[in-house]
Amino acid sequence: MAPDTTELVKHVLKGNRRAAARLMTLTESLSPEAHAAIKQLYPYTGKAHIIGITGPPGSGKSTLVDKLIEKYRSHNLSVGVVAVDPSSPFTGGALLGDRIRMNRFASDHDVFIRSMGSRGHLGGLAWATMDVVHILDAMGKDIIMVETVGAGQAEVDIVQLAETVVLLSVPGLGDDIQTIKAGIMEIGNIFAINKADLDGADRRFVELQSALSLGQEGDGWEPPILKVVATTGEGIEDLVKAIQDHHEYLVESEEIVKNRERRCYAQLETIIERSFIRKLLMDPDERTLFDKLVAEVDQRKTDPYTAAERLILHLIKTPKK
Amino acid sequence: MTETRKIRVLIAKPGLDGHDRGAKVVARALRDAGFEVIYTGLRQTPEQIAETALQEDVDVVGLSILSGAHMRLFPEIMQLLKEREMADVLVIAGGIIPEDDFEPLKKLGIKEIFGPGTPTGEIVDFIRKHTK
Repeated sequence: MAPDTTELVKHVLKGNRRAAARLMTLTESLSPEAHAAIKQLYPYTGKAHIIGITGPPGSGKSTLVDKLIEKYRSHNLSVGVVAVDPSSPFTGGALLGDRIRMNRFASDHDVFIRSMGSRGHLGGLAWATMDVVHILDAMGKDIIMVETVGAGQAEVDIVQLAETVVLLSVPGLGDDIQTIKAGIMEIGNIFAINKADLDGADRRFVELQSALSLGQEGDGWEPPILKVVATTGEGIEDLVKAIQDHHEYLVESEEIVKNRERRCYAQLETIIERSFIRKLLMDPDERTLFDKLVAEVDQRKTDPYTAAERLILHLIKTPKK
Repeated sequence: MTETRKIRVLIAKPGLDGHDRGAKVVARALRDAGFEVIYTGLRQTPEQIAETALQEDVDVVGLSILSGAHMRLFPEIMQLLKEREMADVLVIAGGIIPEDDFEPLKKLGIKEIFGPGTPTGEIVDFIRKHTK
């Protein structure tokens, strides 16, 4: 049964939670109906402040999100949360346990929380995370928080989605060399040291401070470093203020334009990549050619670059059915 | 980047007992069967369970209970699911539930009750068979 997407879209725009949840499921299965629905919803998006929360596994991302929800709700703002956890590369299964920290908001209808398995996508998010954010945005959520998979050094996709990225760190994670490596350290607009009541928090603070002072590109925003204890709520008020400050900075400096362009660019790139690969793998003709070329590459009859060029050429020339 | 619809299961513990080992074992087994398992942990109210089922758009709700309050909590959960147009969700239960209660619970719409010692493979098969 193909659900009537126009009907779903209408309900989503009215804020219907059931319709939104069902549409999210459709986007997760990357169905054409879901894409049709996102096309209709897109004009209604762009209003929410999208905040990314990232950091290593066990650093307290979900607990922090829980405390942030509380603060935003006390300001009467509606909140959407997307929490991504890893899917098994072997079975495709996943244990999605981020919600467990946010259960107290399960009966607050102005808070919508959705858990997602990464489903084979690397980079800290799932393919459909972007679409789920669009749905929450179109539903009228004021604040949308995206919690990434527990991130290592290269899970940096969140910059392509969030306007403001909070990078969470904890005491005792490596030395100062870790803080000057490329990758995750570059994406934080705000640095938060969680579990700041533990030994080593001051040291972490100094390491981050010196790493940041070694020279950012200097776009006018100096990422603040904050100490928080998510379990008790200590420092959360300051964090909320820092997030707000970053938003105001973006708007006032007109960096927001660049920020938006960067995100739209990334979205488009993702969709093109995804559609291309999907067409390759789903269309029987393309698939046959693909498999044939894989064999040829294996037998050294051709090389991977030539094979890819032939496939792309074939895809472009094949008229749309 | 598969396009298949994944089976999503909510594993929840209503009521006040603090024993979640069984629920965790089942959650882990379902994960290994390739399902997406949303685990919400201990002491959930019926309202929290129904609303989580809705927001996560799950295909299955698995309720684990050892406190003996199932005859009070399960009807409420079923009612709240129905109010949310989630009556088509497969609801199964496990834990300590006396056999005398099986029939009234099944009348409520709970499809199966798995007692202690159930091989997890049996639960996996049941879910596969009863979800589209």
